[in-house]
Amino acid sequence: MPATPMPKAQREQGHARVFDLGQQSLRELNQALHNLAPGSNETAWEVLNPKGSHSVAVGVDQPVSIDVRGSVGYYCAGMNDGATITVHGSAGPGVGENMMSGSIVIKGDASQYAGATGRGGLLVIEGNASSRCGISMKGIDIVVRGNIGHMSAFMAQSGNLVVLGDAGDALGDSIYEARLFVRGKVESLGADCIAKEMRPEHIELLQGLLDRAGISDVKPSEFKRYGSARKLYNFNIDNADAY
Amino acid sequence: MCGIVGLFLKDKALEPKLGAMLSEMLVSLSDRGPDSAGIAIYGAATGNEAKITVQSPKPDRDFRGLDAELAKAIGAPVSVAVKSTHAVIRTTPDKVDAARETLQTLRPDIRVMGAGEAVEIYKEVGLPEAVVERFGVRAMTGTHGIGHTRMATESAVTTMGAHPFSTGADQCLVHNGSLSNHNNVRRELIRDGMTFETENDTEVAAAYLSNRMAHGKNLGEALEGTLSDLDGFFTFVVGTKNGFGVVRDPIACKPAVMAETDQYVAFGSEYRALTKLPGIDNARVWEPEPATVYFWEH
Repeated sequence: MPATPMPKAQREQGHARVFDLGQQSLRELNQALHNLAPGSNETAWEVLNPKGSHSVAVGVDQPVSIDVRGSVGYYCAGMNDGATITVHGSAGPGVGENMMSGSIVIKGDASQYAGATGRGGLLVIEGNASSRCGISMKGIDIVVRGNIGHMSAFMAQSGNLVVLGDAGDALGDSIYEARLFVRGKVESLGADCIAKEMRPEHIELLQGLLDRAGISDVKPSEFKRYGSARKLYNFNIDNADAY
Repeated sequence: MCGIVGLFLKDKALEPKLGAMLSEMLVSLSDRGPDSAGIAIYGAATGNEAKITVQSPKPDRDFRGLDAELAKAIGAPVSVAVKSTHAVIRTTPDKVDAARETLQTLRPDIRVMGAGEAVEIYKEVGLPEAVVERFGVRAMTGTHGIGHTRMATESAVTTMGAHPFSTGADQCLVHNGSLSNHNNVRRELIRDGMTFETENDTEVAAAYLSNRMAHGKNLGEALEGTLSDLDGFFTFVVGTKNGFGVVRDPIACKPAVMAETDQYVAFGSEYRALTKLPGIDNARVWEPEPATVYFWEH
């Protein structure tokens, strides 16, 4: 997908600190981001020519804004803790892995295990996500405008996964207490994942998630909710003989 | 890990650059596999010439005088073009089997990398840059090609264990992943007359496809069969005389990304491999679906 050009206003203001990965090393970029002290005035960052680089902007722990102009490879924005990171392109496997807080927006598609093990924050994928989206999520909120692949939300523990399109096979296999909202069709549900009633509190929760993701053209009532039947992870005394 | 690439040209104007484009794609994935690298490149088949790509551990000894000796033994014209440890032997298509059989006694240390009317295969231990440099791959022209950089898991790091594997005329395959039922499938294929050079799992996948195509399946049908008959992790990229195919196992944990424009169809283990292709910023870029066969033919 074409890289989104830098907005004219921002270019003219010249506030952003610009890193060109065609000229500078990835390690220099990530070290500069890690050097940011609390309260730093360098709050706007721009990364040019990522060209599929791995690990762009991992481990940022300050509330800065980072615009990546182009597509990235593995593990972009992993462990993000408070930054607002936007990829104006597509992302490879493991984007936003183990995010703690903040937000990540992918303008294109995301590959496998987007948002895996995430503990907090918001991950928005404006295109499609591939397999294992939200695998083992532990509190992150993930909103996908397109479709998600198979085995998504596998062993998802908490947080919310919102999908405006369709979900692939085995959605929510062995799920714990995460909530899954899918607007399109679900190819199949995984073990112990069931469709659940959309109660008023879920409509309210979903409306909040859509608002935070900047999505205003769909209504919460268009979604179905899925979650755990709680038969797999709760010990059942009748099964004691099996141990 | 392993890194794999494939490039199928639609625009004839790019054919002189195929070797250079494919080399850049492969070199960009060097850190996915430093053990060995290989490339298969397909030129236009003329119909009256066949090529056998061979490798020797002692090229000076084995390739000297080979053209005349082989021509005399099989009674047909033979030319030998030496490229480092490899050589491309050209003869008439009806003499390929005779030439391969004769080579076994004439030069017992020579190993056949592949044969056909269009394909040439070059593979060695070492990094992709060293391998493409050694064989002059950047200067090669052609219609399509595939490449591999290897991080070995299932068998020894040797020239013969490098990819691509070729087990049928103008057929070859590169693989990212590992197969768990390759011993059983190899045994069944041997019973059906297939022969093997290595203990490598990928060679079994290549031979499986050759076997199915020999039984009348087309490339798409043969690739479809891998989904039920091969157990393990795989992303395969396959080349035939006219075509290029891709399939991933149903779990699809081995990465894959594809790009298509009016000029080409390209495959890479990662997007990094595609970033230098012409017009990539406006290409249709997508991740191939699991358990789904993709193929293109000229």
